[in-house]
Amino acid sequence: MLTDSLPNENATRKFKEFEYFGSKSDFSYYLLPFRFHNINEQREILVNEIGDFLIVPTGTAELIIERKINPIAYPELYGDLIANFFISEQPIPSLIDVLATRYRTKKSFLDYFTSLHIFVISLRCEHTCHYCQVSRVTSDKSRYDMSKEHIDAGIEMMMQSPNPHVTMEFQGGEALLAFDNIIYAVEKAKEAAIMRKKTVSYVICTNLAPLTEEMLIYFKENNILISTSLDGPDFIHNKNRHKPHSNSYQYAVNGIIKCREELGAENVSALLTTTNLSLQYPEEIVDEYVRLGFKNMFLRPISPYGFATRNEGKNKYVTQEFLEFYKKALKKIIQYNLDGHFIREDYASIILKKMLTPFPVGYVDLQSPAGLINSVIVFNYDGEIYATDESRMLAEMKDFTFKLGTLGINTYEEVFYGKKSLELSEAFLNESLPGCSDCAFQSYCGADPVFNYTTQGDIYGHRPTSSFCQRNMEIMRHLIELMDSDKKIEKIFRTWITGKN
Amino acid sequence: MQLKTKGKPHNIFYPVVGRVTKDHTANAEILLIEGEIPTDAITRFSLVLTTLDIDKAIDKPSVYAIPGFEHLSEGDIVLVNTSGMINTLYRVNSNHNFLLFTERCNSNCLMCSQPPKNRDDTSYFFDTYKQLIPLIPKNCFELGITGGEPTLLGERFFQLLELLASNLPETEIHCLTNGRTFAWPHITNRLGELSYNRLMLGIPIYSDYYQLHDYVVQAKGAFDQTIQGLYNLAKNNIRVELRIVLHKQTIPRLAQLAKFIYKNLPFAEHITFMGLEYQGYTPHNIDKLWIDPVDYSDILSEAINYLSDYGMNVSIYNSQLCTTPKNIWQFARKSISDWKNIYLDECNKCAVLNECGGLFQSNAAKHSAYIKAIMQE
Repeated sequence: MLTDSLPNENATRKFKEFEYFGSKSDFSYYLLPFRFHNINEQREILVNEIGDFLIVPTGTAELIIERKINPIAYPELYGDLIANFFISEQPIPSLIDVLATRYRTKKSFLDYFTSLHIFVISLRCEHTCHYCQVSRVTSDKSRYDMSKEHIDAGIEMMMQSPNPHVTMEFQGGEALLAFDNIIYAVEKAKEAAIMRKKTVSYVICTNLAPLTEEMLIYFKENNILISTSLDGPDFIHNKNRHKPHSNSYQYAVNGIIKCREELGAENVSALLTTTNLSLQYPEEIVDEYVRLGFKNMFLRPISPYGFATRNEGKNKYVTQEFLEFYKKALKKIIQYNLDGHFIREDYASIILKKMLTPFPVGYVDLQSPAGLINSVIVFNYDGEIYATDESRMLAEMKDFTFKLGTLGINTYEEVFYGKKSLELSEAFLNESLPGCSDCAFQSYCGADPVFNYTTQGDIYGHRPTSSFCQRNMEIMRHLIELMDSDKKIEKIFRTWITGKN
Repeated sequence: MQLKTKGKPHNIFYPVVGRVTKDHTANAEILLIEGEIPTDAITRFSLVLTTLDIDKAIDKPSVYAIPGFEHLSEGDIVLVNTSGMINTLYRVNSNHNFLLFTERCNSNCLMCSQPPKNRDDTSYFFDTYKQLIPLIPKNCFELGITGGEPTLLGERFFQLLELLASNLPETEIHCLTNGRTFAWPHITNRLGELSYNRLMLGIPIYSDYYQLHDYVVQAKGAFDQTIQGLYNLAKNNIRVELRIVLHKQTIPRLAQLAKFIYKNLPFAEHITFMGLEYQGYTPHNIDKLWIDPVDYSDILSEAINYLSDYGMNVSIYNSQLCTTPKNIWQFARKSISDWKNIYLDECNKCAVLNECGGLFQSNAAKHSAYIKAIMQE
C-alpha cells in the first residue's frame, strides 16, 4: 500500500508543472459553512465554523457564493479560501477531520462541566453603592449570613461536579464581614477536596474595607485570590461606591497595596463597574489603573440590573454611550502599550483569544453554551440555588425565574438536570438562536438567557433590539477594524492574549 | 570532509560494520595498521584495514593499500564493503551523525538535496544499521535519521527504532520524514506504542494551500496525507518539528503558512525555516527556486514574529546574519552540519562571524548577492 506510489526502478522522475497538481479543471467548488459581516465601507469579514477569519474587500462573500472565484483570476484568495476551510473542491473536504478536531478543541471548555461555584456568604455590607440591589446594611447575621448547614450542602454539591478542578468564590454583600463563615467554608472544602480528589481554587470578592492582618495571613496560607472593585479615581469611586462617613476609595487602594505585598500582585485583581458618572471619564479611569500599577483592567459593561430596563429606546441609548466610553478607554490603553507600557483590557483579550487562537475560551458571560449551569452555579445566602449571579439579583426583585432549587432539599440531578435547566438549555446555545445562528461573530460570542429575560421579557431574546447583541457586535467589529487598520495594534493584541510583552 | 576511502579487499564476503582502532588492545572490531603488523594481536579483530600494499601476509579479512586514515578517529564506526570501499557511518567527535535509512522516496521535491533513487536498498541499510546501532557510544547526544523517506522501510523502520530505543536510551533521535506514511492510523499507532520520548519527527510543510505543497514535493495528495499524518502523530503524543525550506515557491504564502501552523498545528514542538541548499535537484530547478534571502527578509520576519509572539518555538537554519533582518537574529541557529559548513573569504572580516551559521559548501556557487562582512559598531 505504502509503496504503491513509489516509482519503479525504471521510472523517470521528470518534474511536473504546478497546474498538474490541482484537483479540478472546471474550477467548480463547494461552500463550507461560513458567515460574513461588514466591517466598514471597504472591508468585510468572513468567519468559518471554527472562528478563523479572513478580512476581505466588500463584495467578496457575494463573489464566493455566486461561484465567481477561481484560482486563475484570484490565485491568492482562492488559496486562502481552500486552506482556511471556507470552500472545498470536494463535497466533503479530505481534511474534514482537522475541522472536527478544531471544533472539538474550541468547545472543550465544556469538557468538565461546572467549575465556578459562587457562595453568597453574607448579604450584609457596610457600603451603599448606588448600583447594588442586593446588599443590606445590617448587623443581623442570623438572617443575612449563609448558615453552616447551607455551606455544608453547597460544598457537597460542589464536590459532585464532574470537574476535577472547581473554584469556590465568596461573594456578598461584603464577604469579609462574614470572615468566620469563610474560614468555616474553606476548611470544610479542603477536607472534602482531599476525600473527593479534587483541587479547589478560592476567590474572595471584597471591597477590602474590613481587611485585617489576620485575614491576610489566612489568604496567604490558603492561596486565596482577591478580587476587588476599583471604579477609577477617588471622585468616581467614592461617588459610585458610597461608604457612609468614610473614604471607600482609600480603603480599596490601601487594601490593594497590602494584598499585593502579602499575596503577590498576580493574586489581586480589580474590576471596574461602569456607571453614568464613569462614562464621562474613560481616560482618567485608565490613567488611574496605570498609576496603581495594574497590568490589566476589565472594562465591564453596564449591568442591566441597575440601568437597563425593558425600555428598548433607553437600552439602546445607554449601550451606545457605553460603547463610546469603551472605545475611548480602549484607545487610551492601546496608546499606553504603543508607548511601551504593558496593560491589557480583559474583555477585549477574551474576545481576541477567541478570534486569534485555536484554543478554547470559557468565559461565563460570553460563551455558548452559556455559562449558566454549564460553568457557573450560585448558592445564595439563604440556601436558594440560582443559575447565575444576575439571577439572584432578579430574585431580590421577587422574580424567581432562574431559581433552580434549594440547598439541602434538592439533589444534584434535580438542580443541574432538572426541568428548569432543560428549559434554559433551549435558549443557551447561540448556534440555534434566531439572529445568532447566521451571525458572523457567533463563534466569538455567547448566549445569555438571563439577560434576555431581564431586558426583553423572554429567555430567547430579540436580536435586533438586544443591547447584549448591540454591545458585543460593535466591540467585535471595532476590534477587527483596529487590527485590520494597524499591524502594530494587532501585535499588541497578541501580547494581551499571551501575557508576554 | 572525507567520509569514505577505498582499498583492495581481501577475503571479505559480506559487508562488515565495526569500530576502528589503532590500539590493538582496545575494545573494537577493526584494527587500523599503518606500520608493522602485530601478527599475534590481530586475531581478536574481525577485520584489518591497512595502508600497506600487501595481501597474502594477513590471514584475515582485510582491505589493504588504503591511502590513509587521517579522516578516522579512535572509535569511529565504519562499514567495510566487499568491494574494498570503506564508509564512515559514525564519527565519535561529531554531533552531526545520521543514519540514512533508504534512498527511496515517495516524493520528489523540487529542491531535494539528496535526490532519491528507485532501487530497493532497504534490506542493505537495515542489515547495516542492525550491526551499527549496538556499537554506537551510549553517550551519543543526538542522532539523525534521514533518507529518502525512512518510513518506506515499513516494519523494519520500527525494528530499527526499537533497537535505538533499547541501545541508546539517552540519545535524542531526530528523524526526517515527509510524514505521509502517518496518514495511515495503524502505522502511526504502531509508532505511538513505542512511547519513544527521545524521538522527534522533522516533517516538511511548504504551504497552507495543498496545490502548492504538492507541486513543491511533486506528489499529488501529499499535503492531505502529511496533515492527516501530523494529526495522527499528535493523537499519539509523538513529538513533531515542522520544516519549511525558503524559496521562490514557498515565500509568497509564508505568512499564511505561519497562520495555518499556529491555528491547525499548534502542537508542533519546533518550527524551522531553512535556507536553500545548492545541492541535488536544486541547481537543475534553480530558476523555479531562487530568490535572494534579502528579498524575502520582510516576509520571513513577519512569519517568524507571528509564530514567536504566540509562543511557538521557532528557528532559522542555513541563514547568514548579514542577509537576515536583525529583529530575527535571535532565531538564527548555527545549523549546518560540520562536514558541509563553510564561510566565504568576505566572512573573515566579519565582526559576528562566530555567531553566524555560515553557508553550505554547495552554496559557494550560489548565495545571496548581499553577503557582506558586518563591521563592529
